[in-house]
Amino acid sequence: MDYTAFLTNVAILVLAGFAGFAVISKVPNTLHTPLMSGTNAIHGIVVLGALIVLGTTPEPSLLMQIVGFVALVFGTVNVIGGFVVTDRMLSMFKAKPGTRREGERS
Amino acid sequence: MTALVYGLYVIAFALFIYGLMGLAGPRTAVRGNLVAAAGMAVAVAATLISIRETGNWILIIAGLVVGIVLGIPPARRVKVTAMPQLVALFNGLGGGTVALIAFAEFLESDGFSHTGDSATPVLAIIIASVFATIIGALSFWGSVVAFLKLQEILPGRSISLGAVQQPMNLVLLLVAIAAGVGVGIGSATGGAPLWWFVIVLAAASVLGLTVVLPIGGADMPVVISLLNALTGLSAAAAGLALNNVAMIVAGMIVGASGTILTNLMAKAMNRSIPAIVAGGFGASSAGGPAGALASERGPVKATSAADAAIQLAYANQVIVVPGYGLAVAQAQHAVKDLAKMLEARGVEVKYAIHPVAGRMPGHMNVLLAEADVSYDAMKEMDDINDEFARTDVTIVIGANDVTNPAARNDPGSPIHGMPILNVDQSKSVIVLKRSMSSGFAGIDNPLFSAPFTSLLFGDAKASVASISEELKAL
Repeated sequence: MDYTAFLTNVAILVLAGFAGFAVISKVPNTLHTPLMSGTNAIHGIVVLGALIVLGTTPEPSLLMQIVGFVALVFGTVNVIGGFVVTDRMLSMFKAKPGTRREGERS
Repeated sequence: MTALVYGLYVIAFALFIYGLMGLAGPRTAVRGNLVAAAGMAVAVAATLISIRETGNWILIIAGLVVGIVLGIPPARRVKVTAMPQLVALFNGLGGGTVALIAFAEFLESDGFSHTGDSATPVLAIIIASVFATIIGALSFWGSVVAFLKLQEILPGRSISLGAVQQPMNLVLLLVAIAAGVGVGIGSATGGAPLWWFVIVLAAASVLGLTVVLPIGGADMPVVISLLNALTGLSAAAAGLALNNVAMIVAGMIVGASGTILTNLMAKAMNRSIPAIVAGGFGASSAGGPAGALASERGPVKATSAADAAIQLAYANQVIVVPGYGLAVAQAQHAVKDLAKMLEARGVEVKYAIHPVAGRMPGHMNVLLAEADVSYDAMKEMDDINDEFARTDVTIVIGANDVTNPAARNDPGSPIHGMPILNVDQSKSVIVLKRSMSSGFAGIDNPLFSAPFTSLLFGDAKASVASISEELKAL
């Protein structure tokens, strides 16, 4: 990586920040918890870092193996658990028109 | 192959952004989450392609399998009430990953001594790595404390060292940064010694503990959101250090959106983020046992389920104000049943949701939605506050601080200025409480001793169910 590549990455960083602001500026209160949970799952992207560190070290020392392995496990739990728990939260918002109508009529 | 990997990364972060747009709307949220998850699958697949020549496949596959096995069961089995602390825990693990990645990089490059040729921006990479280490470690330990507090393993109240707290936090931060500078200097002279890096990790870890421990329970939602945003930023920094565009984009998006979310939540409580991080909320107000305070203010009026049922049956409009007590008692289905019976009698039932009711914003909406309460019946604070004056009976179920009129009237109250639900303007109020204890913030609530308020003591679910029983008999 040279300086140009690094600065390109910084430019991407800045644009991604603005994209994050723009996408999220209007969210109903109702969705704050699922949104927090969903963004939590997305920053599980750190699992890529663990994969790269383990995958690009030719002969890792034992300490390195342990650190990389724990990082990979943590990151995977963050991603998988994050998306599953968000899905569970959101499934409660799924419209159930049948039951709702009944509730109103009775 | 590099082009393929890069192309897949572009697809992945396009899916992240599209998924996040979906998450912001109630109709598209479920799909949005799946789209983001698909993006994550693409990103992981691309990374596996890029490292296909590695000799560490056994370790990598084992790590992925262990992570999946450990991650899915708690996410599937956790009760709705315990979701906030689980999110805090997952967030902490993400932060821990970032700190460990930076540590591994440090080990691999012998203290950043051979991060590349002379054209490589070594300094920038070291700064990004140290930043990722500090924020990642802070987020990990801070999230662990938040988890322990919400799980009530640690007391929810502020745990503080008093006046030394602030200077100590500052010193810890400076130590972490100074050791980080030490790492940078060391790297130029044939590799930084390991212990410099260990000091960075240790100081940031202790800082994570000491920053979150003094923060009282009522501020916890904001803190989790803040830690979430921080983990995102540290992921972006780690992405810069590793030259990985997917990590940069996803991390930064989370950093930006998490900051907005944190700000929205802090605003709802009329608190500033620096004031929350400075901590000590609730510490000054816990002036004595709440029971004693309440009796000084005047007697509270206890009521029975039968009386409450009669009051409700002849009301024109009833507003339900849910709080954390509803979540603890799992009373949402009982509340929905009660509302159904009242509606059958022609009573209009609405739900007033304070933005920070419960332990996270939207916590109450999730619970009520689980019990099939219609989306339209849940009103946000600004939409319903004018209606309390026209409401015959307001039922407060396990909510406390968000209904405390002291926030409006008493400049001495620690929550003065926080927007509250105007429960005290309704004609009568029924408060369902377990006991005469104060709220999570540890502040006395004059609403409970007001002449128009009656209290129904007991478990919220049992109380609501017995009101329903009495209502049937009417």
